[in-house]
Amino acid sequence: MTAAAQALVVVIALGALIVVLWMVRRGLLKERFALIWLAVGAGMVVLVLVRPLLDRLSEAIGIRSGTTTLFLLAILVILGILLQLSVSLTALEERLRDLAEAIALDRVRSPDGEPGSPIEDTDDR
Amino acid sequence: MDTEATLVIVPAFDEQDSVGDVVHRVRAVGLPCLVVDDGSVDATADKAQAAGAIVVRMPVNTGVGGALRAGFRYAVAHGFRRVVQVDADLQHPPEAVPDLLAALDAGAQLAIGSRFADGYEVGTARRWAMRFLAFVVRLRTGVMLDDVTSGFRAVSEPLLSVFAYRFPAEYLGDTVEAILMAHATGAAISQVPVPMAPRRHGEATPSLRAGGHLARLVVALIAGKPSEMAR
Repeated sequence: MTAAAQALVVVIALGALIVVLWMVRRGLLKERFALIWLAVGAGMVVLVLVRPLLDRLSEAIGIRSGTTTLFLLAILVILGILLQLSVSLTALEERLRDLAEAIALDRVRSPDGEPGSPIEDTDDR
Repeated sequence: MDTEATLVIVPAFDEQDSVGDVVHRVRAVGLPCLVVDDGSVDATADKAQAAGAIVVRMPVNTGVGGALRAGFRYAVAHGFRRVVQVDADLQHPPEAVPDLLAALDAGAQLAIGSRFADGYEVGTARRWAMRFLAFVVRLRTGVMLDDVTSGFRAVSEPLLSVFAYRFPAEYLGDTVEAILMAHATGAAISQVPVPMAPRRHGEATPSLRAGGHLARLVVALIAGKPSEMAR
């Protein structure tokens, strides 16, 4: 990898760092997710700058080109983040359902049009 | 002490064994008590109501910060000018609430009950974490506070309305970040020594998760989130 390419990666990583921190500041991104992206950025910079590390890693797992190892790692990390996001989304959907049910049960109406008494939620968790 | 405009808020998550005592003792001080049941699966809400508290039930667990903000919003909506937060696990003596209110009378908008005044003992890792947090707070605010993670606090207007609008939900957010938010609004912060009861219920947070909480807080601090939230 040429020095220019390395510089490009570092610049992109620094840009990402600033964007991620700005998003945390504005409340657009939870710190929990920011930590993941900051770790990804730091890992990428280290692998690109410390070339022997990448070469030794490639040798250990039997890949000839360091670039291929970098792509493999990148894909694995992206898959991991996607899986984590799916899990978060699942939990969020479940909480949303709990919320919708709780609100609905507080708005019960009886047949004569009068508001009914709220039903105690069942807590079947 | 102006009791008319003061509400005691008790966030509670599965604290059926202690919440009744807390409410009784708060009522004995002569203040109204709001228990915010943060999605408990035990009898917390029933015990609190039986003991004489107003009860708000969160349909899902939102964390201490979420429960507190619901309490702050209730307080503002119902015309209370001051609130005191008290833990439901009997760690905070409700009898010391008037001391916190006295600090508000003296001009503070945020009064923090410090547990170290009474020989509060914690483990080594926890003690270093608390010292680190106290150091960070001192660096950012210039105020020397012994016990920045204490959840025994009194808040008055106009800070109360800021907290009711935006308040961190995460662990350490409701304590450390809240102090930085208060400082960013220009509110005076003071510390009040309080006697400390040993934690009777619940376990201290495991160290791995505590490390995660610290890492999250550091990211929030580097990003400058508390001062942005206080705007």
